[in-house]
Amino acid sequence: MKRMLNFLVRGGLWTLLVGGLLFTSCNQPTNNQQAGMLGSDVASAVYVPPGQHDEFYAFMSGGFSGQIGVHGLPSGRLLRIIPVFSVDAEKGYGFNEETKAMLNTSHGFIPWDDSHHPELSQTNGETDGRWIFINGNNTPRLARIDLTTFETAEIIEIPNSGGNHSSPFTTENTEYVVAGTRFGVPFPQQDVPINSYAENFKGTLTFVKVEEDGTMDIAFQVLLPAFDYDLAHSGKGKSHGWTFFTTYNTEEQNTLLEVKASQNDKDFIAAVNWKKAEEYIAAGNFEEMETQYMRNYYDEKTHMAYSETKTKVKILTPENCPGLVYFLPTPKSPHGVDVDPTGEYIVGNGKLSSDLTVHSFSKMMTAIENESFEDEVAGVPVLKFEEVVAGVVKDAGLGPLHTEFDDRGNAYTSFFITSEVVKWKVGTWEVLDKASTFYSVGHIMIPGGDSKKPEGKYLVALNKITKDRYLPTGPELCHSAQLYDISGDKMKLLMDFPTQGEPHYAQGISAGRVKPNVKKFYPIEENEHPFRAMGEKDARVERDGNDVHVYMTTIRSHFAPDNIEGVKVGDNVYFHVTNLEQDWDVPHGFSVMGANNAELLIMGGQTETLLWQPKKVGVYPFYCTDFCSALHQEMQGYIRVSGAGANVDLAWGLGETAP
Amino acid sequence: MLTGSLLLLAIFLFPIWKIILVAPQYPSGVTMLIYLNKIGGTEPGTLQNINILNHYVGMKSIEPDSIPELTYFPFIIHALCLIGIIISFLNKKYLYLGFAALLVLLASLGVYDFYLWEYEYGHSLSPDAPIKVPGASFQPPLIGKKDIINFTAYSLPETGVYLYGATIIAALSSWWLTRKK
Repeated sequence: MKRMLNFLVRGGLWTLLVGGLLFTSCNQPTNNQQAGMLGSDVASAVYVPPGQHDEFYAFMSGGFSGQIGVHGLPSGRLLRIIPVFSVDAEKGYGFNEETKAMLNTSHGFIPWDDSHHPELSQTNGETDGRWIFINGNNTPRLARIDLTTFETAEIIEIPNSGGNHSSPFTTENTEYVVAGTRFGVPFPQQDVPINSYAENFKGTLTFVKVEEDGTMDIAFQVLLPAFDYDLAHSGKGKSHGWTFFTTYNTEEQNTLLEVKASQNDKDFIAAVNWKKAEEYIAAGNFEEMETQYMRNYYDEKTHMAYSETKTKVKILTPENCPGLVYFLPTPKSPHGVDVDPTGEYIVGNGKLSSDLTVHSFSKMMTAIENESFEDEVAGVPVLKFEEVVAGVVKDAGLGPLHTEFDDRGNAYTSFFITSEVVKWKVGTWEVLDKASTFYSVGHIMIPGGDSKKPEGKYLVALNKITKDRYLPTGPELCHSAQLYDISGDKMKLLMDFPTQGEPHYAQGISAGRVKPNVKKFYPIEENEHPFRAMGEKDARVERDGNDVHVYMTTIRSHFAPDNIEGVKVGDNVYFHVTNLEQDWDVPHGFSVMGANNAELLIMGGQTETLLWQPKKVGVYPFYCTDFCSALHQEMQGYIRVSGAGANVDLAWGLGETAP
Repeated sequence: MLTGSLLLLAIFLFPIWKIILVAPQYPSGVTMLIYLNKIGGTEPGTLQNINILNHYVGMKSIEPDSIPELTYFPFIIHALCLIGIIISFLNKKYLYLGFAALLVLLASLGVYDFYLWEYEYGHSLSPDAPIKVPGASFQPPLIGKKDIINFTAYSLPETGVYLYGATIIAALSSWWLTRKK
């Protein structure tokens, strides 16, 4: 009986195998589509051979991780996580003495935020690879990351904001990045009853000026009713000079918003003429308001972050600035607002609707000229819907959220509820193709897909729900992304890959625009850190009251000094570690037993400082955490801690000079 | 011939020799450039990186300050240049031939000196070396390619040598042109 069963099973397997071979051999040479179904050409489409580089960089927001994940496309490989708004023990970010200041705000040190929308800097409407900006949603902030080092270079706090969601969204030449508040807040912040919302609460749209060297400063804030300003995009080409913000909760409700803020049939897209705003600022037609916000920046020469407190912002109000803002009625709590590559069409993704409303910039300008207003809200003219609408993409799906564009006149919209990406034709509004996502897509990204020059080869769907896509890892799962080939008529799913945190938006750019400028290490001769040690000759220990400064160096494969004595319980020991290496990818780590913070991870030519407060008498080891060389395990040392009143002299050394 | 002599001065601008070390972790190689008066590399940190590699096996650190050739080689080249200029004015065929012979002789001595330094660095290893490889020689090739433990070392002449060669050719050509006098 057993043998019989065995025979049957084996026989069955053979049949399957032979059948499979026949199937593949019949179809493969003649029909690529069939081969695709079997996975072979799809696999080669995302295969980047060992040692070769991806075609695109993809910068995925970390969402509630507060960071940015850098992936390669089409492989989906994770290349780096850039610490931005959240401390990162792995890199010492926010733990070492140098970077703590990056996370300063008017509320004090904030170790976490929720980062949603990365936005690459642009020149003439094209991504230029200089910087990537990202918003901090929770404690309103805006960060700039330098793409020569892939490090956060600057973080500016946004005052008079309750949640920096409609941000950063650059203008065509990165004149400004914007920061619209998602939550209405009392203006100025004060102790008022929550139900005085409509009376006391306001919404601001902040324009942050970006200088040639990247320095950010708040140019002005536009004061508007306390709607929820959800997303934004700036005009381009003919609409350059305008920025568009979607709104919901035009009902101005402060409780049970899921019902109460979904009542109006139409909310607004706010169109802000920032060139007009510049004129009003130049004419002095603004109110200067006392407030408090911080700007933090990292100096690449001193390897240190600095904070400055700012106390004034310029406020523009629509009542005093005619022509500054117009409202475009847009159905059903629009989420994303996306401007096509020509700058003519403004897509309002009405998230509670099955339709997409597309406004025309030229029609908007004509309506403004003809004063075709149906109403005025808080001094802002509301344009007549039928006068500005260019077309409607009908019954494309349910729950449209975001739209990106390719370079062939097509638009791609994510539909959260029906979990799909819909491709449609700009101008004719006809639906061309649909592709399922797994599951419930939020943002989508095409490299350059929100710029004047999209590179319409790939589309990434950034999904909110993962469920069964990967091997299960308990209740909590990585979020899933899907890569589609969009070069043909039909979108083709190529692969799934997990991402870190909860990616919202992403940006993609041809690797060639970033790669040539990437730094390999910091030139040691340019190091201006006040506690640097420029060579082992400079290595030493100095006491200043209870503060002990260790000027330490690292080079393969030792610390100098590596034996330290004379430290006492109650001292603040500052390990200022300078990595003398001048070669690519030779960071050294530094960790010491009992440290209450984290490790240091020091790049070549850099100095970083770890504060260590020993609490118990003893001799404690420290060591290099980054496997640096064949003698990495030998890269270690000792620090002796004596009692508070002990009479042990400060002494240090390495090898012959060790105490 | 005058041009030929002045070419010698141009040697100061270019490296005369290069040693390239290639290993899997150094995909684009570490390239040391030897000049008449200094030792450098394609990157500012090249010499430091080579010394770091060398210290594992106990090789001496390459310190340009302790190599006297980098000081007196420039004098020799200046002197040769001066002699060449004088000879080009005297315009005597045997002087040209003699000058060519002198150039070749000095070049040979230079190469021999280079070999001695390579031998010195490759063989005088510290007894405290962290990594000892029995029987291994760390002497780079005089010219060409050689495997040294995990590295492949290439040693090749650079622009300076070609300029020097051009001067020799200039001397020989001048001799050829003046030989019927």
